[in-house]
Amino acid sequence: MTQFLMFLVNGIAIGCGFALVGSGLVAVYRITGVVNFAQGMFAVVAALSATSFVALGIWHGVAELMAVLVGGFAGLATGVVAVGRRGTQPLTALLVTLAVGFLAYAIEVLVWGDQPRSLPGLDGRAALLGVPVQRQYLLVIAVTAVVFVLLWLFFARTYLGKALTACASNPYAARVVGIDVTRMAFIAFALGGVLGGVAGVLVAPLRPISFDSDVSLIVGGFAAAIFGGLTRPMMALAGGVLLGITEVMIRAYGDASYGTVGALVFLIAIMIWQSARRPTLHKEAV
Amino acid sequence: MSNVPETAVDSGPGGPHGESVIEVADLVVRYGAATALQGVSFSVGPGEAVALVGPNGAGKSTLVNALSGIVRPASGTIRIRGRLAHVPEGRQLFGELSVEDNLLIGAWGRSDRDPAPVYAVLPELRGLARRKAAALSGGQQQMVAIGRALMARPDVIAVDELSLGLAPKVVTGLAAHLRALNAERGTAVLLIEQNARLAFDLCSRAYVLEAGRMVVSGACEELARSNEVARAYLGGGTGEEP
Repeated sequence: MTQFLMFLVNGIAIGCGFALVGSGLVAVYRITGVVNFAQGMFAVVAALSATSFVALGIWHGVAELMAVLVGGFAGLATGVVAVGRRGTQPLTALLVTLAVGFLAYAIEVLVWGDQPRSLPGLDGRAALLGVPVQRQYLLVIAVTAVVFVLLWLFFARTYLGKALTACASNPYAARVVGIDVTRMAFIAFALGGVLGGVAGVLVAPLRPISFDSDVSLIVGGFAAAIFGGLTRPMMALAGGVLLGITEVMIRAYGDASYGTVGALVFLIAIMIWQSARRPTLHKEAV
Repeated sequence: MSNVPETAVDSGPGGPHGESVIEVADLVVRYGAATALQGVSFSVGPGEAVALVGPNGAGKSTLVNALSGIVRPASGTIRIRGRLAHVPEGRQLFGELSVEDNLLIGAWGRSDRDPAPVYAVLPELRGLARRKAAALSGGQQQMVAIGRALMARPDVIAVDELSLGLAPKVVTGLAAHLRALNAERGTAVLLIEQNARLAFDLCSRAYVLEAGRMVVSGACEELARSNEVARAYLGGGTGEEP
């Protein structure tokens, strides 16, 4: 039982990483309709930046915060390139984000090399309900919980958050009331970058990060985001956590090599079941 | 009506006085190779209620989208003195947000976001404040759309298809609100309507737009007596010549 609880906490922590990447995808998709394939890159850039900041002697905490801001800047820059030109179609912007992701590979290899880099995290274990759990896993879960509460407060309580929701709900009406939808899209990309950055600095102490780590992050993040229909951050959290737990349990009790594949198949099965239960909704054309 | 040349019937007693709040001259709007508006000119005076009437596809919504800056004209001039607020065709609310949040978003870019003045004009909205906009009836949604536009404290409000998809009784109530807004608060109204009877009843002057061109303009009473306008838009001729 102790071992099961330990695996459960590990799974939740890994799932939180997916959920953070997934919520970044959701933030961008809700506002712009663009599936941002550069989302995993934000996590990688932030994680690699954090390793550099720590190597420069910057305090832990400050280094991670600075790295998250770098992730936010990467998000903003991607947004400017992908949707900065008025009238860019979401499909075109999707291709641009894919290209930005590949371009980022070259820049990351130039700056950080092609070898994986690690970021020191919280050492040691803490007892949770009598179960020894790595402190870094608990930090990942706690920070993710805080981030999602802040995300909810931002969208539900702040004027800017409501304006972003308005853009997501009806971009034409948003333009009618004078909202600059393109500027809002930039904010969404920057927010996506920050969320990806948080994922990167939290996950980096758990696994070495290299320039191509974005693939595994985006696959999990994308599955989490799809679980929420690409529009609901809280469902992305649920999807991410479910994915993380399933992956860890398959690795622990089944064949370790099928961990990721098994988890994805399980999540897809749930999504098929969900869509079969829901009536088809047609969004009114704007 | 499409072959009728542009004619100024009469500006009438309700015509523009002082500097116009909206002044459009020789406006041309194109969507790719298609010309949606060709040399359109018109004006709305301060505190005036003006109707823009025309069939589907005439370019009415394009014109109001150009006024609010959503569509970029190919040529021509648009002068708006004061603030213009736009109630778009089909209400276009933010369905996920509450009624009050819809109103607050209407004040985007303003520091004064108090919805109380809007509740004073449209008291029915106060009771709906916490309801999600998507859950309202068509008439209630239209009222929210008007309220959202009023949050910008406009000098002129452009209402695109007020009556679209609404029961006559609901339309009458909304028209009364607009009439009161125009008469008591001096807010100019530009009513874009297919329902010419409603438009002529509510406004003092009207323009008729067909196939992207302004074909007739004048006092609503005069236009209503015009055989051609009556036949095309009021369901029958009057027997009089325009």
